[in-house]
Amino acid sequence: MMLTITTTMPTATDLGYLLHKHPGRVQSFDVSVGTAHVFYPEATDQRTTAALLLEVDPVALVRDRKGPSGEGFALGQYVNDRPYAASSMLGVAMKDVFRTALAGTCTARPELAATAIPLEVRVPALPAQGDAVVRMLFEPLGWSVSTESVPLDPTVPAWGDSRYLDVTLTGELRLADALNHLYVLLPVLDGSKHYWVSTDEVDKLVRAGEGWLGTHPEKAFIARRYLAHQRELTRSALARLAEVDDAVPEALDNALEPGAIEVEATAPEMPDRPIPLHELRRGAVLAALRASGARTVADLGCGEGVLVRDLLADRQFESVVATDVSARALQYLARKLRLDRMPEHQRARLQVFQSSVTYRDDRLAGLDAAVLMEVIEHIDPPRLPAVERAVLGHAAPGTVVVTTPNVEHNVRFETLPEGTRRHRDHRFEWTRAEFQAWATAAAALYGYTVRFLPVGTDDPEVGPPTQMAIFDKVVTA
Amino acid sequence: MTSRELTVPALSLVVLVGVSGSGKSTFARTHFRSTEVLSSDYFRGLVADDENDQAASGDAFDVLHYVAGKRLAAGRLTVVDATNVQPGSRKALVELAKQHDVLPVAIVLDVPEAVCVARNATRPDRDFGAHVVRRQRDQMRRGLRNLQREGFRTVHVLRGEEDVAAATITRTRLFNDLRDETGPFDVIGDVHGCRAELETLLARLGYELRRDELGRAVGAHHPDGRRAVLLGDLVDRGPDTPGVLRLAMGMVADGDALCVPGNHENKLLRALRGRNVQVTHGLAESLAQLADELELREQLVPFLDGLVSHYVLDGGRLVVSHAGVVEKYQGRASARVRDFCLYGQTTGETDEYGLPVRYPWAEEYRGSAMVLYGHTPTPEPEWINNTMCLDTGCVFGGSLTALRYPEKELVQVPAERVYYEPARPFPVAQPDDGVRGHGVAGTIGSGPARRDPEVLDLTDVLGTRVVETAYQRRISVREENAAAALEVMSRFATDPRWLMYLPPTMAPVATSARPDVLEHPEQAFESYRADGVDRVVCEEKHMGSRAVVLVCRDLDAARARFGAPGEALGAVWTRTGRPFFDAPLTAALVERVRDAAEKSGLFDELGSSWLLLDAELLPWSAKAEQLLRDQYAAVGAAARASLPVAVEALERAEASGLDVSALLARTRARSANADAFSEAYRRYCWETDGLDGVRLAPFQVLASEGSAHHTRPHDWHLGLADRLVEADPGTFAPTRRLAVDTTDPTSVAAGVAWWEELTAAGGEGMVVKPAVNLVRGRRGLVQPGLKVRGREYLRIIYGPDYTEPANLERLRKRGLGHKRSMALREYALGLEALDRVARGEPLWRVHECVFAVLALESEPVDPRL
Repeated sequence: MMLTITTTMPTATDLGYLLHKHPGRVQSFDVSVGTAHVFYPEATDQRTTAALLLEVDPVALVRDRKGPSGEGFALGQYVNDRPYAASSMLGVAMKDVFRTALAGTCTARPELAATAIPLEVRVPALPAQGDAVVRMLFEPLGWSVSTESVPLDPTVPAWGDSRYLDVTLTGELRLADALNHLYVLLPVLDGSKHYWVSTDEVDKLVRAGEGWLGTHPEKAFIARRYLAHQRELTRSALARLAEVDDAVPEALDNALEPGAIEVEATAPEMPDRPIPLHELRRGAVLAALRASGARTVADLGCGEGVLVRDLLADRQFESVVATDVSARALQYLARKLRLDRMPEHQRARLQVFQSSVTYRDDRLAGLDAAVLMEVIEHIDPPRLPAVERAVLGHAAPGTVVVTTPNVEHNVRFETLPEGTRRHRDHRFEWTRAEFQAWATAAAALYGYTVRFLPVGTDDPEVGPPTQMAIFDKVVTA
Repeated sequence: MTSRELTVPALSLVVLVGVSGSGKSTFARTHFRSTEVLSSDYFRGLVADDENDQAASGDAFDVLHYVAGKRLAAGRLTVVDATNVQPGSRKALVELAKQHDVLPVAIVLDVPEAVCVARNATRPDRDFGAHVVRRQRDQMRRGLRNLQREGFRTVHVLRGEEDVAAATITRTRLFNDLRDETGPFDVIGDVHGCRAELETLLARLGYELRRDELGRAVGAHHPDGRRAVLLGDLVDRGPDTPGVLRLAMGMVADGDALCVPGNHENKLLRALRGRNVQVTHGLAESLAQLADELELREQLVPFLDGLVSHYVLDGGRLVVSHAGVVEKYQGRASARVRDFCLYGQTTGETDEYGLPVRYPWAEEYRGSAMVLYGHTPTPEPEWINNTMCLDTGCVFGGSLTALRYPEKELVQVPAERVYYEPARPFPVAQPDDGVRGHGVAGTIGSGPARRDPEVLDLTDVLGTRVVETAYQRRISVREENAAAALEVMSRFATDPRWLMYLPPTMAPVATSARPDVLEHPEQAFESYRADGVDRVVCEEKHMGSRAVVLVCRDLDAARARFGAPGEALGAVWTRTGRPFFDAPLTAALVERVRDAAEKSGLFDELGSSWLLLDAELLPWSAKAEQLLRDQYAAVGAAARASLPVAVEALERAEASGLDVSALLARTRARSANADAFSEAYRRYCWETDGLDGVRLAPFQVLASEGSAHHTRPHDWHLGLADRLVEADPGTFAPTRRLAVDTTDPTSVAAGVAWWEELTAAGGEGMVVKPAVNLVRGRRGLVQPGLKVRGREYLRIIYGPDYTEPANLERLRKRGLGHKRSMALREYALGLEALDRVARGEPLWRVHECVFAVLALESEPVDPRL
């Protein structure tokens, strides 16, 4: 990976002083991620270009544990864009190679270091989510930005452009500022989650951003993205299963992916009750549970436990069971609800365990009520009879509350393209008639009565955004 | 001194009763294993560091009862060494015994007070006075005569030191324990007075009937020594209850039959004893028929009284009872075990006829013993989780059924006529309702018994598990891997009724020492030679994704055998059980496979209405396009964007006189490597539209009805695959192969040359397999295949620059041990799954193996191997 810095200032070769690298020499430095070379393809008084070329050793990255340890997206450990694309690694190399220049120190030409000079920076392979983001980040800092897109594969035109841009920045800036901009913003642009550098990034950000980051209109975005590299990088067992199938980890490990909520949040404001749909839904579910008189209740597919929190807040529910098929969701729930610090009397009301609604689970037998809130649409239709058997047939609680999107209402979501579902993982979305037909048949098969209620404004034409069924077990004498 | 023999059932809770100093601990030590004895003193020590701390007694007994409970649940005789002089303490133990359905036994050590006091005096830690012993002794003596009433089934009282010293313990078998009876057996369902059908059935089974002077059958003997097992409900409703009893009693007396009681025998016995019973459900007929049978009636009462609720036979592999028996009751004895065996269990609900709804215990049955029972008339006997109900409603006009054990063959005799009208219509075999995939068979006098053997239980898969396989004894699955597998299985996988197999991962060959490659065929041939395998087959490694295809001949077969989830003819899934395509596309592909299999006569030839194929689905991009774009193409794009710019900058630097030659050479090499990398992945992509462009390369027929085919040579498998290709060359791709003799250098050289040719032409490489298929070596299973991947293909695995000598040198150090072990464990599990399918075992037994393969796949192993 490389970048070049060109200046056309008078006595352009003075760039060598500013960078503390002699234009007549080729210098190589061992840096933590490989070898960095600094050389000058051109060094005349009219125009001088310094090039920083970083040779990444991908084998060493894996073998010497310089990169992420044995974890991370493991297939990508050898096959990745790090040797080519300008990323956080280039930032690391800059810090090692241009330490003095980054600090703005130049004993030979102190006045030059303090002066804005004409600069052109070229980064031939900059990973970025489009040209606009690059502009958003660099233009407020006084750069003018030009970008050229890089095709993903010229032999497969259908694939379109890659996420790399050939970027040229021009502007009149102090060299130290220019370097600091790059040092902070290259990792910000690189959305990669595979590599990170160290854990004291906050301090580094504060130091490198001195004097410019505080006034940058996108400072929150920059800070978030810069620090995002530190998030948990353990390769989950689930991600390994994705690899087995040559899929990206997110293809399977998406239990906590936001989706429907974001789409639904864009529903046109309801004039009198500007309450988000997911809250309306929780409210409706709680009302149904309260009305049922249930004292023991299970939230099947509890996710991060938003409904669980509501259930715990109501003393009517003496015992709350929270299950999800995703072990990761339950870890999040434990963290969000702070299970380890929950007062004992409250903790005693709550059981949390992994379960699956397509398997029979004896631990769920004998409850007063169970909730399947926005769960069934994540199940392949041929598996629904198994869910009916496990929940209505085996767990057989007195009351079962089921909610699911009403697909007729999708036309009311402005941001939802026609024909797409509200969430990538939805296996189906039903009309009211479809939902009612399913629920009525399932109820009859397992000895329940069922009634239906709208959740959210019941649009006269397309119905409510969410539909709810309440099953009540028929009590035999 | 004459010894005194005390009998104790082999599985029982033995409660020692005696005051402090009466010698209980010595007695226990003498007659029982130390691990069988739970002493209250010891548990006081555990919880309070002081064996005599009476304040700790509450906690100590809590722990003692807990441990005793675990032992009893596991079927281990347990002795409680505590004073147990108070009724309250004994009551808790009797309760415990009942909870675990074992017999409580009391052994009382009634030793004179003076002896006890003297013994205690010699023990410095027992500083309580004589009054304590006296009080205990008073309590004990008051309770002695009530011990039977308290629930102790056996009570032994030893009076005085001599008695205690002379005692010996004999462990007796429970009545139901006939594990040493190995059969073979002919197990016969409910007869209900249908003597004619019983005689016909016995004759058909090969028994020779013995008749008395009046011509009445009074016995039946099988010349091969087979024995009949009568599952109870011999009596009531039918035309000749006395005749059936006469024959059954004769056979039992002669040792030609075993008999367990049914609820009807129980009620008849009560009636014969003059108890007040309701004369319903056909009892009236029996009483009328028996009215003149004075001699028979005399023998009948002791016969019925002596019937044992259930039998455990053949080393524990077979259990028989009238109404079935759950695993934890097998070989146990208690009132509720007897009730279950005679009446079954009800849910407490009633159906629309006012009849109790039966609890579907068989659906949940996970025991290893086969359970044969009757009681609930069903139109056709059906295996449900290793259990089968053999009551086919003979008296209602159905048939009388026997199952030959261990052959598992059904023998049936139709009823000569309807003898008794049932309370609700007797069901005839119903066609599948098609919607749910299961017929719901109604049953007489029981309400609807929902037949749902396909319900999987979370305990079948979750937690730390050990799966027993025939190939590699015990294979463990760790909890966190099971958790990951549960999510994939529940959210993404194909319906478990289809998903009878997941392919194992495959190990690569040992790393080559050649300077320019990581993998080379030599190591594969060498490895098999070392395992004693001479003939191997090299199969071209297709550039696609592993796919398993299940195809049924028609929808009826799909329904009957698999419940046809989603009304489909079959399914196509990936290595993690996920469907390759959406339902319509899957259906289209399966239909093509079905047509080709039909055209090439595979169904008929294998005598099966379905086939399970191991295959490769091409192109790789059909499944992995996202990965190809995000991971592979992106790397190529980044390289193309940056390396030429770097080369150009270096060239300018060189032109201006800087010495960058080494760096320039390296950068140019990187650029060339990146291009080669792009070339390598591009071979895996081609446009597909629906099924256009999709090809299937089958290379193994994993299973068909009744058979797994892993012992058939690969030639056979590839021959069948060729016929599919011939039948539909558009859909199927052939698998090129070469036979190699590992002991013949010329043949080995030809194998190497073949691989070089394949990979030089851009091929992925090859897989080398033992020609005979399954091979057991000196140390267990031999790897079923070793992959030898081509030099260019490995670029997309190890990165564009892996061929640089310095990189190759380091990459050679790769640990293959875990991958090989994983490959073998998954292979063993896969074979086990297929064997279980072939044996017609219940779904959960198959699913257990498949799930375990998926769980193992989530173990952390280098994914490049």
